[in-house]
Amino acid sequence: MTQTRSLWEHGVKTGIIGGVAVLVIALVGMVESFHRRDIIAEVITMGQVLLLIGGVFIGYIAAKRTGSDESLAPGLNAVIGSSVTGGFLAFLVIVGRLINLRAVLVNASPMLYKLLTLGHKGVAGIFIILLIGMGCGVFAAALFYLPRLTRRVIILSLSSMIIAGVLQDLIRPVIAAWGPVAVVSEWLFTGNGLTVSGSISIVILIAVVMTAWALKGQDIKSGYGNLSGGSQRGIKISAFFMLAVVLLALPHILGLFLSEVLTIVGLYVLLGLGLNIVVGYAGMLDLGYVAFFAIGSYVTAVLTSPELGFFSLTFWQALPFAVVLGIFFGVLLGIPVLKMRGDYLAIATLGFGEIIRILVLSDFLRPWLGGAQGAGKIPKAAIMGYQFITPQQIYYLILAGCILVVFISLRLKGSRLGRAWMAMREDEDVAQAMGINLVATKLLAFATGAGFSALSGAIFASKLGSVYPHSFNVIISINILCLIIVGGMGSIPGVIVGAAALVGLPELLREFAEYRLLVYGAALVAMMILRPEGLWPEVRHKMELHAEEENNIGEPEPSTAT
Amino acid sequence: MFQRWKESITPTDIVMWLIGGTLLLMVIWGSVATLVAGKYTGRHWIDFVIFGLAQGSIYALIATGYTMVYGVLRMINFAHGEVFMSGPYTAYFVAAAMYRSDFLDKHPFTALFVIFVVAMAISTMIAYFLEKIAYRPLRGAPRLIPLITAIGASFFLQYMFRGLYGSGFQAYPVIKIFEGAWVIFGIRILKFQLVVIVAAILLMAALYSFIMLTRAGKAIRAVSEDKEASSLMGINVDGMISTTFIIGGMAAGAAGVLYALMFKQVHFFMGFIPGIKAFTAAVLGGIGNIPGAMLGGIFLGLIESVGPSLFLDGLGIPAPYQLKDAIAFTMLVLVLIFRPMGIMGERLAAKKA
Amino acid sequence: MAAILTANNMTKRFGGLVAVDSLNVEIEENSIHSIIGPNGAGKTTIFNCITGFYKAEEGVVLFDNHSLLGLLPDRIVYLGISRTYQNIRLFPNLTAKENILVGLHCHLKSGFLGIVLNLSKTQKEEKEAEEEADRLLAFINMSGKGDFLAKNFPYGEQRRLEIARALAARPKLLLLDEPTAGMNPSETQAMMDFIQHLRDELGITIILIEHQMRVVMGISEIVTVLDYGKKIAEGTPGEIQKNPDVIEAYLGRGSAAEIR
Repeated sequence: MTQTRSLWEHGVKTGIIGGVAVLVIALVGMVESFHRRDIIAEVITMGQVLLLIGGVFIGYIAAKRTGSDESLAPGLNAVIGSSVTGGFLAFLVIVGRLINLRAVLVNASPMLYKLLTLGHKGVAGIFIILLIGMGCGVFAAALFYLPRLTRRVIILSLSSMIIAGVLQDLIRPVIAAWGPVAVVSEWLFTGNGLTVSGSISIVILIAVVMTAWALKGQDIKSGYGNLSGGSQRGIKISAFFMLAVVLLALPHILGLFLSEVLTIVGLYVLLGLGLNIVVGYAGMLDLGYVAFFAIGSYVTAVLTSPELGFFSLTFWQALPFAVVLGIFFGVLLGIPVLKMRGDYLAIATLGFGEIIRILVLSDFLRPWLGGAQGAGKIPKAAIMGYQFITPQQIYYLILAGCILVVFISLRLKGSRLGRAWMAMREDEDVAQAMGINLVATKLLAFATGAGFSALSGAIFASKLGSVYPHSFNVIISINILCLIIVGGMGSIPGVIVGAAALVGLPELLREFAEYRLLVYGAALVAMMILRPEGLWPEVRHKMELHAEEENNIGEPEPSTAT
Repeated sequence: MFQRWKESITPTDIVMWLIGGTLLLMVIWGSVATLVAGKYTGRHWIDFVIFGLAQGSIYALIATGYTMVYGVLRMINFAHGEVFMSGPYTAYFVAAAMYRSDFLDKHPFTALFVIFVVAMAISTMIAYFLEKIAYRPLRGAPRLIPLITAIGASFFLQYMFRGLYGSGFQAYPVIKIFEGAWVIFGIRILKFQLVVIVAAILLMAALYSFIMLTRAGKAIRAVSEDKEASSLMGINVDGMISTTFIIGGMAAGAAGVLYALMFKQVHFFMGFIPGIKAFTAAVLGGIGNIPGAMLGGIFLGLIESVGPSLFLDGLGIPAPYQLKDAIAFTMLVLVLIFRPMGIMGERLAAKKA
Repeated sequence: MAAILTANNMTKRFGGLVAVDSLNVEIEENSIHSIIGPNGAGKTTIFNCITGFYKAEEGVVLFDNHSLLGLLPDRIVYLGISRTYQNIRLFPNLTAKENILVGLHCHLKSGFLGIVLNLSKTQKEEKEAEEEADRLLAFINMSGKGDFLAKNFPYGEQRRLEIARALAARPKLLLLDEPTAGMNPSETQAMMDFIQHLRDELGITIILIEHQMRVVMGISEIVTVLDYGKKIAEGTPGEIQKNPDVIEAYLGRGSAAEIR
């Protein structure tokens, strides 16, 4: 008896946890609003895909937690887990049809029940939910038993199909712009979602490529390794050159809307790289970072806006002042928190950020900063008659800023200062005992971060043409923190990937934007528990994982006493 | 001796004392100017003080949760403000239903009791699962990791409740018997403010006696002192940490209902600012120190209510009331800078922070 | 021989507890000087006072005719004192080489602009620093392991790496806090040889806190014995072994196990 119970235990437990999670996802309205976007036109919607992925994921976790001493047990648990999850949704539909949940839970709408039951009324609908749950479990079990390579190929090809469907607004216009290739776009996409034939061909294509890479990839890699230094360098240079061409041509390929998204991502890359120095390198959690973004913007506004009417400098004349004042405030607000560590520093900087926002918003400073109405008519930047007005033009301004900041970050990272920051992050007392002047080193980190942020703020002010206090909410600080943590603290490519994923995606998927902070919050918690080094960690972390796997550091000592 | 003292002063100290001195001067200057101008009468000041006491006792209740969690886990439970929000927001629907069926007017005390029970139950549940799901896997992780997790949990909970209950402000039903004012010793006090103050004092007394007198309370104090030693003494440390979150959640849920009674509305974002302020209160009282957190809360409530008129009006700042949050945050920053161990002087924070 | 470090009347209190009680000690240049004593005798506190981590309330500490009191730890390294820790304190998430490069920090001068503009001066300095780090890695027999994270090394290598980091600061005086703690006899012997090698080859004066009497008696020229923050004896290893006060301090409390 106990044997059977422990056999089911993981399935039921995981199923309950998963069921609650799926209920939350459904009841906050994510499923319904994602339902409006088709992944495969008139076959399956994003909301349904979300639930299916959830169901399969739960089944797979249940199978994995069971372990594999009993050959059938994981599969059984997968089916049980997914079915229990389905049961939660079925229960929701039953209760929801009997009582009007909507008085409390605003998203428990008849529409939600309809899409959960695929439009079937009565008992048939309930039955369908349970059946789909079980189906997810069977699929998860199948995945669990398949060999690793096959499993990876299936997961990757299906997920690329889903990604293609999700990012249709990004992919369609890009392909459509390429004249003859536009036929492909017509064939792949309908107005909303992929065509059936298109999605099948994507799955097959990716599966073939993946399998080929898995079988031959090692040869290609070692082939590259065997090349002479000169030709390796040649490949690197040409890759770099291609990257440059792509970056320069990007706004023209992508069109107006996507260029706008790019500029927003770019501004966050600037902000993220700045915070990366403070948090990622120097280990000081700054939650008031948005303050320097605000200072950069407002200095630009005060110096250029005719509405405020103090000065009427051009953007380029105002920019140095914005950056220098940002740095100045970085140092000024850094001094009081020099002796604080960890969480106290975080809260104190959060306090600074809020104080600055409240002051800017108040009637007290209204004559100088414009109060709640903000300030407008900030001029656009121009170089020798070339004006940065449209998103496609401003993109180049931001690209230049990003390149500058990435360059500075890279240089600092491998230098005496970067090492001092990281040593301080690891152990402040020892760092000081090694000759690192804590005051100067901390202030330099704050100053550099604030400088980057102020630069971003100045460009932001010119891009928008106006500044409002509401643009400088604490949420922005949290967004930036989120993107460097998800990307990988201390990692420069991580910041760029993080910004693209966390800022770009919600801009592309308007229906996602509403759930952005919900997902960010969950992502932060999950990252901290499961993968604190981030999605694109620094090379050193990879090395460390590698080292642990292969356990090949040095010859074993005769005895290691600890 | 003086020589030694002189050696230890650095330029950064001087900058900090300059900032502190300037602020102090501004406060004194502003207060004197306000009092001389005589724009506010004694009545005004009494109203400010009573409002401050009511608001402060709410902060005090939330702050005990912060301080207890900091005591046992040495982490700032950033999501505590959301624990505070979740209870009254959920209880709103119960209250609204009772209001519609006239139950609230006929049996106001029973209704209020139900509201309290629902709110405290939900807040307690959120606090319990928060610890269990988000914080427990991170025991012993580097300090920043639980804090970042707590920030993530805070935003997750905010937007989860936004998704579940909607994004608008919900007007809390008015309980008629608490409308109007009583006159006590010639001082006119709004009824609901007095109710809030009395209820908060009763709750704090209950909480304090739980911590000081019961076995579980003693165990929690032992865990705050030394986790390892407590577990060697046979205390179930994980259980006590859960208990701490449960008690903190109950206090926060009750505080939330009082807050809703006072401001008569609930919203998914309502926990964020009071949460940070309650943290300020906890630091003011010396974090980890429960009576300190209570006094800190009341002190902060008073400063926030009296401060804008007293300090800022005299300086000729228009609409000083807009800056009340700025005063609270300035207090926070000043305390963290100059007295991180709190005004009560317990050195725990300085040692362990 | 001249004294490189002189402490006069050095006193450090923690509240009511006197951790170091008016200590007078002179460290001869180019010597290996051991400090021993029961647990809690104030040995590590002396290190913390010399390196500026704690501030002694009273007394004078002179190093090379500079007063150390009131200086911050980061200034004291520049004078030529560096140390290791009882419980190894490497920078765990930095590589071995980076750990050593941080040790070299006080000898590098490049500033923010120099680094960002990558001036030839910075490049040269960085190249020399890397070479020196490689030399130090070779010196501690860890060539080729520079790119691994410090936390992944076995215990003995972490100890050596920590000493290499301290050596990178090119100290005249090196403070070693229980360098053989937790080592087996053969590792201990290797560490003893290594310490002697440091003094003989590099001419560095060494103060050693040790619990293993075999090490203390084997390599030190002078031994200072502390008990309750007070110096109770000082002399050559031979003298100390016969000193009745020392025997009482150790054996009187029945902690004979301390003497191995």
